Amino acid sequence: MQVEQFLERSAARFPDKVALVCGSERFTYAQIDGGCNRLAQSLLEAGVQRGDRVVVFLPNSPEAVLAIFAILKAGAVFVVLNPTTKADKLIYILNNCRASAMISRGGLAGLNGQVWSATPHLHSVFMLDAGATQGAAITAAGKKLFSLDELRQNSAPGAQPAKRCIDIDLAGLIYTSGSTGRPKGVMVTHLNVVSAATSITAYLENTADDVVINFLPLAFDYGLYQLLMMFRVGGTLVLQDSFVFPNLVLESIAREGVTGLPIVPTVSAILLQMDLSRFNFPKLRYISNTAAALPVEHIQKLRALFPHVRLYSMYGLTECKRVSYLPPDQLDLRPTSVGRGMPNEEVYIVDENGHRVAPGVVGELVVRGANVMKGYWELPEETERCLRPGPLPGEKVLYSGDLFRADEEGYLYFVGRRDDIIKTRGEKVSPREVEDVIYMLEGVAEVGVIGIPDPVLGSAIKAIISLRPGSSLTEKDVLRHCASRLEDFMRPKLIAFQQSLPKTESGKISKRLLREEEHAREGTPTPVG
Amino acid sequence: MQRLDIEQQIRSFVTDSFLFGQPIDLQSTDSLLAKGVIDSTGVLELVSFLESTYAIKIKDEDIIPENLDSIHDISEFVFRKLGCLV
Repeated sequence: MQVEQFLERSAARFPDKVALVCGSERFTYAQIDGGCNRLAQSLLEAGVQRGDRVVVFLPNSPEAVLAIFAILKAGAVFVVLNPTTKADKLIYILNNCRASAMISRGGLAGLNGQVWSATPHLHSVFMLDAGATQGAAITAAGKKLFSLDELRQNSAPGAQPAKRCIDIDLAGLIYTSGSTGRPKGVMVTHLNVVSAATSITAYLENTADDVVINFLPLAFDYGLYQLLMMFRVGGTLVLQDSFVFPNLVLESIAREGVTGLPIVPTVSAILLQMDLSRFNFPKLRYISNTAAALPVEHIQKLRALFPHVRLYSMYGLTECKRVSYLPPDQLDLRPTSVGRGMPNEEVYIVDENGHRVAPGVVGELVVRGANVMKGYWELPEETERCLRPGPLPGEKVLYSGDLFRADEEGYLYFVGRRDDIIKTRGEKVSPREVEDVIYMLEGVAEVGVIGIPDPVLGSAIKAIISLRPGSSLTEKDVLRHCASRLEDFMRPKLIAFQQSLPKTESGKISKRLLREEEHAREGTPTPVG
Repeated sequence: MQRLDIEQQIRSFVTDSFLFGQPIDLQSTDSLLAKGVIDSTGVLELVSFLESTYAIKIKDEDIIPENLDSIHDISEFVFRKLGCLV
């Protein structure tokens, strides 16, 4: 099975059912399928080939949904990027994956004139509201420009393109922070996505009666899968572009009869500060949490607030989508556990020699299943470090880089990360990527970026900087520079200046010592990872 | 307090706190969300700034784009709130 068949099968079963709600707009399965067929035909006419990468650079919107499934229908590979991505990183990714086409809209800050002249492989650009200046810049750079403006007006069903892929072909590249500071493209095949979506919808017990709300970016796999899973079961997705105005989200949950609410800990922190007494959510069936563990206090409060709702604690990695989930009936017994492997997936913990460890012993978590990625795009060494031989001859399993222990019944407990990746607002941030940006500033001698505990963000990003003699850089200079180069969630929340940074014996900046200094200063617990 | 003073104070807060003085072209009626100026934690900071600066109480149900998504909307909202108090 291929991922676009989620949509095609649901469109055949429920042509007139509402598939997507976006603000005041509603789209049936037949409308979405027709729109995707037409856009897929346009991609093919523009010269997009089987296996070509096509970048989707859009806020959460009907066009983003149409783009993702149209790319799959055309036999191409989707690359969904966060709409707050800045020009430098956008150019890096367009060139890294040699995208042949891009689907976007006017008015996004990342789309400056440079993007068009710096991306030699990109031959076609599909734009909503391109604007005259932007349109001229695109064509001046020798690229074909197509308008998306008529996509919604046209209601012709469109012809479904012939299937050209098989299920071990790539469906998507999902870019994620790498410890090297450059984003890595996680290669997911149709089989990976179908396997993960099947396992997750099985344990969430999703059916065509479900209405799930998603305000997380579609560039984030947790957000993307809400769309994929609803289309798989023939349910309804209520898509909002952010959680900036929580009231809009809560009103939609009540109005649309939402049954599933996927959150990250930052969202629960905000929800728990609000007065929810004027809302009533009788249809809400489950809340799922992933990206980082919910504090036990949040779990208790959410359960008191929504006594009829099942709460799923989950844990995942982009490299295999989801690792584990805690069945809601286990939540009171083991509130700090992230649960066990999903249906049709095996997870276990190994020591440094790759041998399975006994319950209670800390080791690295290993994941085995059809949901495990194909590898990192054109990064053979990183892929080899992560995908290593498994139990069967020739088989590869995923070494997660995360340290865990399991209890006697096999439930997993997160202990820490092997690298110093920071999880903030539920997203992974590579300290190196932030440090590289800060090092671009004249006057910065050394910088170390760490995560410190924060009640709303999970971890807040803190940059500790030592300046060159004579430099007059201020906190504001650094924040301004970061705001112009980094996506929202990657920007440091706190900046500190000090004379010098602590070093390891080999002379490298020591993150461990920085965290200990922070701990001594603030009296906060030393965070892990 | 004059409407224009309020708008000026809010513009300074937004440019200082969310743009860190970046010289971007921000019209009074531009959507702060669409321009990528504000995110969910930013809205909370904005609300606490308005509450403390103007001694007003902002309810959860006031936190909607109609009231807070542009410098102009925020100023109008504050002005209405202050008017209600007088």
